[in-house]
Amino acid sequence: MAISTDTKRGRALGRTASRRATEVVVRALVFACGWLAIVILAAIAVFLLTNGLRSIDEVGLGTMLTGTSWYPTSNNAQFGFLPLILGSLFVTGVALVVSVPVGVGAAVYLSEFAGRGFKEVAKSVVEFMAAVPSVVYGLIGVAVLIPWVRTTFQLDSGMTALTGGIVLGVMSIPTVLSISEDALHAVPESLRQASLALGNTRWQTTYKVVVPAASSGIFAAVMLGLGRAIGETMAVLMLTGNAAVMPTGVFESVRTMTGTIAAEMGEVVRKGLHYSALFSVGLVLFAMTFAINLAADLVLERQRKRWRR
Amino acid sequence: MNRVQRARFAEKVAKTVLGLMAVIVLVTAAAVFIYIVSKGYRAISWEFLTTRPLKLGREGGIGPAIGGTLWLVSLTAFFTLPIGILAGVYLSEYAPRNMLTRSIRLAITNMAGVPSIVYGLFGLAMFVMLANFKVSALSGALTLACMTLPVVITVTEEALRQVPQDLRHASLALGSTKWRTIRKVVLPASMPGIVTGSILGLARAAGETAPILFTAAVFMSPQLPRSPLDRVMALPYHIYAEVTSVPNWSENLIWGTALVLVAGISIVSVAAGVWRSIQRRKIRW
Repeated sequence: MAISTDTKRGRALGRTASRRATEVVVRALVFACGWLAIVILAAIAVFLLTNGLRSIDEVGLGTMLTGTSWYPTSNNAQFGFLPLILGSLFVTGVALVVSVPVGVGAAVYLSEFAGRGFKEVAKSVVEFMAAVPSVVYGLIGVAVLIPWVRTTFQLDSGMTALTGGIVLGVMSIPTVLSISEDALHAVPESLRQASLALGNTRWQTTYKVVVPAASSGIFAAVMLGLGRAIGETMAVLMLTGNAAVMPTGVFESVRTMTGTIAAEMGEVVRKGLHYSALFSVGLVLFAMTFAINLAADLVLERQRKRWRR
Repeated sequence: MNRVQRARFAEKVAKTVLGLMAVIVLVTAAAVFIYIVSKGYRAISWEFLTTRPLKLGREGGIGPAIGGTLWLVSLTAFFTLPIGILAGVYLSEYAPRNMLTRSIRLAITNMAGVPSIVYGLFGLAMFVMLANFKVSALSGALTLACMTLPVVITVTEEALRQVPQDLRHASLALGSTKWRTIRKVVLPASMPGIVTGSILGLARAAGETAPILFTAAVFMSPQLPRSPLDRVMALPYHIYAEVTSVPNWSENLIWGTALVLVAGISIVSVAAGVWRSIQRRKIRW
């Protein structure tokens, strides 16, 4: 009897020990995976920097950032990022003009005026819009928007900053809409009721109380839409015509930072100067989107703290 | 007009204008959907889905591209799911409330905002060149895995947080260790949310072009890759390459390709959503 109890206890102890060991191993593994996000983000920055180093050394970061001509393949190669940065900004500007009024307006309607059924339908529709791949938006732009822009504005070519911007705007609507709606939804119901009880109409409540209360969240939504638009590649590559010159208006062909990387990386000599310059373009793009996302995140965090219930 | 009338009028105008914005969104989405279907359905046939492209894709099918995309997505899932789920477990179950955790969260939201082409550059430098996996399905999948990681982490953390503390306490009180509690109680209870969220993330990855441009994609390949170290055709890349570099590309076939891609993503996403709501009904706390 005594022996068998001891054996049982011994086995139980062995099991406990092995479970403790598992616990330690799993803990280490879970911690490693948890920290991996920081590692990957840092690795992206490091790889962009080390691969771009040659161009930063030979051309100089200041020269590249302020240079106005991008002739990467000529004998006297010029690596000025300004036409590309401006190209991205032009396209993104058009995209914001499309996505902000529509996205924020629709979000306010859905959150403050729409019935439940309409809301449900709209939610699935927005999910569908977000799920359509950018290359398919690009294809639709090629088939529909390029001819439309050419004939409507009587241009020689329909591949312009405007064309890319409109499609990009449509693509960023889901981002702007859903984050704005979250922000509006987070405003406590009691605020609305207090305003309505004072005799305000729904619309007065909306623009005097609800929208100001959600303003930082809506701002963050616009920022994230901007970040998404500036980083988009395939649609702009297919629609803007990719002329690497200093843009002067939205009716001209422009070449964005993303489009430049995508179009040229396939043909460059690995580890060459041009290759390195494209990584530097990537670094600039990364820095811009990083700053935008960081700002949006801080704003959202503040909003969350404000309405924490 | 007196004040009340003015307020009523403003109410009407505002409601109409805002409603119009919502309608614009719905109409745009409907137009996109109808356009893709109406342009693409004629191309769809068994032959189109299974045979290889001929004459630079102007004729024939897209079998290798469908297969290549499935390869990429499966490999991506293989890398991203275990790591992403464990990272979600860390944030929900293990992470202390301190600056490090805060910076991890910040890193995750920021990863989600990194442009896809930048992931492409990273994949080129890290997996194609440094790790020397060459341009291959493996390099592309690892790149896509980095990109989908924030999605998997976020949905896992959210799903785990939905599980009531009582269940954890009950399991711990019975003498379970923390990991056993997570493995036997918390993870099974949150599986519907994790699986569905991850599938949505992977479906998005299937439609990405920029990350695989210089890490995995090949314009033409007569057959499916035999190993992860082969280059692959992929549906989104096929559309891009045809439209931009093949003169007189076949509209019919490319819209068919777009329809296959969009329908595939939509069907998988909807199925995942339906499955989740069925599973949710089974679990009650």
